[in-house]
Amino acid sequence: MAPPTPLPILRLRAELLARTRAFFAARDVLEVETPMLSVAATTDPHLASFATQYSGPGSCHGQPFYLHTSPEFPMKRLLAAGSGCIYQIARVFRDGEAGRRHNPEFTLVEWYRVGFDHHQLMAEAAELASVLLADRVPLAKPEWRSYRELFTPLGLDPHRVTVAGLAACAERCGVPVPPGMPLEDTDPWLDLLLTHCIEPHLGQGRLCFVYDYPASQAALARLRPGDPPVGERFELYLNGIELANGFHELGDAVEQRRRFEAENAVRRAQGLPVMPIDENLLAALETGLPDCAGVALGFDRLVMLAAGKNSLAEVLAFPFEQA
Amino acid sequence: MAIYSTNEFKSGLKIMLDGDPYAVVENEFVKPGKGQAFNRVKVRNLKTGRVIERTFKSGDTVEGADVVDIELQYLYNDGEYWHFMDPQSFEQITADATAMGDSAKWLKEEAICQVTLWNGVPLSVAPPNFVIMTIVETDPGLRGDTSGGGGKPATLETGAVVRVPLFVQSGEVIKIDTRTGEYASRVKE
Repeated sequence: MAPPTPLPILRLRAELLARTRAFFAARDVLEVETPMLSVAATTDPHLASFATQYSGPGSCHGQPFYLHTSPEFPMKRLLAAGSGCIYQIARVFRDGEAGRRHNPEFTLVEWYRVGFDHHQLMAEAAELASVLLADRVPLAKPEWRSYRELFTPLGLDPHRVTVAGLAACAERCGVPVPPGMPLEDTDPWLDLLLTHCIEPHLGQGRLCFVYDYPASQAALARLRPGDPPVGERFELYLNGIELANGFHELGDAVEQRRRFEAENAVRRAQGLPVMPIDENLLAALETGLPDCAGVALGFDRLVMLAAGKNSLAEVLAFPFEQA
Repeated sequence: MAIYSTNEFKSGLKIMLDGDPYAVVENEFVKPGKGQAFNRVKVRNLKTGRVIERTFKSGDTVEGADVVDIELQYLYNDGEYWHFMDPQSFEQITADATAMGDSAKWLKEEAICQVTLWNGVPLSVAPPNFVIMTIVETDPGLRGDTSGGGGKPATLETGAVVRVPLFVQSGEVIKIDTRTGEYASRVKE
């Protein structure tokens, strides 16, 4: 049996949690806790929810429940109910994700700022990350790059390129193309180039924000009209590691339902389970979500970087294999 | 044959790619937060030894390769093939020159070798890490030199040539590390 993670790392983790709470307390952002179990789940085809059952008062035959993959939906319900700015430090669960930088259960720091757009929230995310990494990771000034700019060195425009163009680029860059890549959908090809050629170089020694994603990769974000329209989504990277994902939040209940149903249609086509749509969220959006932006930061990865480690297993008290 | 999902990938797993058997050397799970997950793997071609990179969509499957490592006893060479025997079942297996590679020159009769079989046919043969052989020919070398600094070539009973210290003479028995092809020590008979 491997020994648990050394005490100094557990102390660092506790220290960073305390700093996170102090950061939000100073800004009057309210800490909340929302249910981890829900009858509804994310429809995102790239996220797999753990399923379990509740049997007991109120349900004698066992009712399916899902462990949340992020606390986003109930937090938006609180926002719609007038909570004002809120944050949560939540343990979340994602089936199928295990590796050096993935653990099937992990901690997200997720927060919502009423009246912010995604650019204002990026600035605040940079402040929080800097506070948490202070004295441990030297950081140059943050950089800001649109999703489109990321692909400029590869000689393509991600918003207009075709699958054929992406396949040719993968060939040029020596990226081994997996069997069974789709012939119509460009997103998996963009992900292939992103993970193999771009991500490892992002944010070397500095926070790097990537913003304005293809609409197809921003199911919970507002679309900004343009040519082409882009999703007001952003990601934060440091030393090639993805640390956070945020949105200028979509408040349109009809549009949100359409996107959930479209995602479920993709699930059906791919033979994945169709997930129950969160009707509570849609009802809350109908009553009105205040204009807000939200972001989720992978806390364990941040601890990993602060500790100068290279795998999540080194900063979790007990990694998945020993859970 | 077995089918393996990328979720079963780990170092040492034997899989088929483009008709050749490969062993997984490294497996890395990568996934953009909201996107397609991939397994980036390094795999070694068991026929050529070459290591290449491949990527799979996570959850996809590949065919397993029927590759096993077994210990066989070397019997003899008939001029074209090398004959081995399973010491338990007495079953005999022959290996061709491609499978033997560099190993043939280290084999004396009865040596126990690790043989990698693909669909029952030898892919590669690894000799014992250390073998003991008689020197059949080497220059007399300089009297009084015991440092072994420069060394000299010596031909062994199997025809293999190794560098030995100057003080080692024809007719002597020596131990060789087959992984490096280097002289290890003299052996007292």
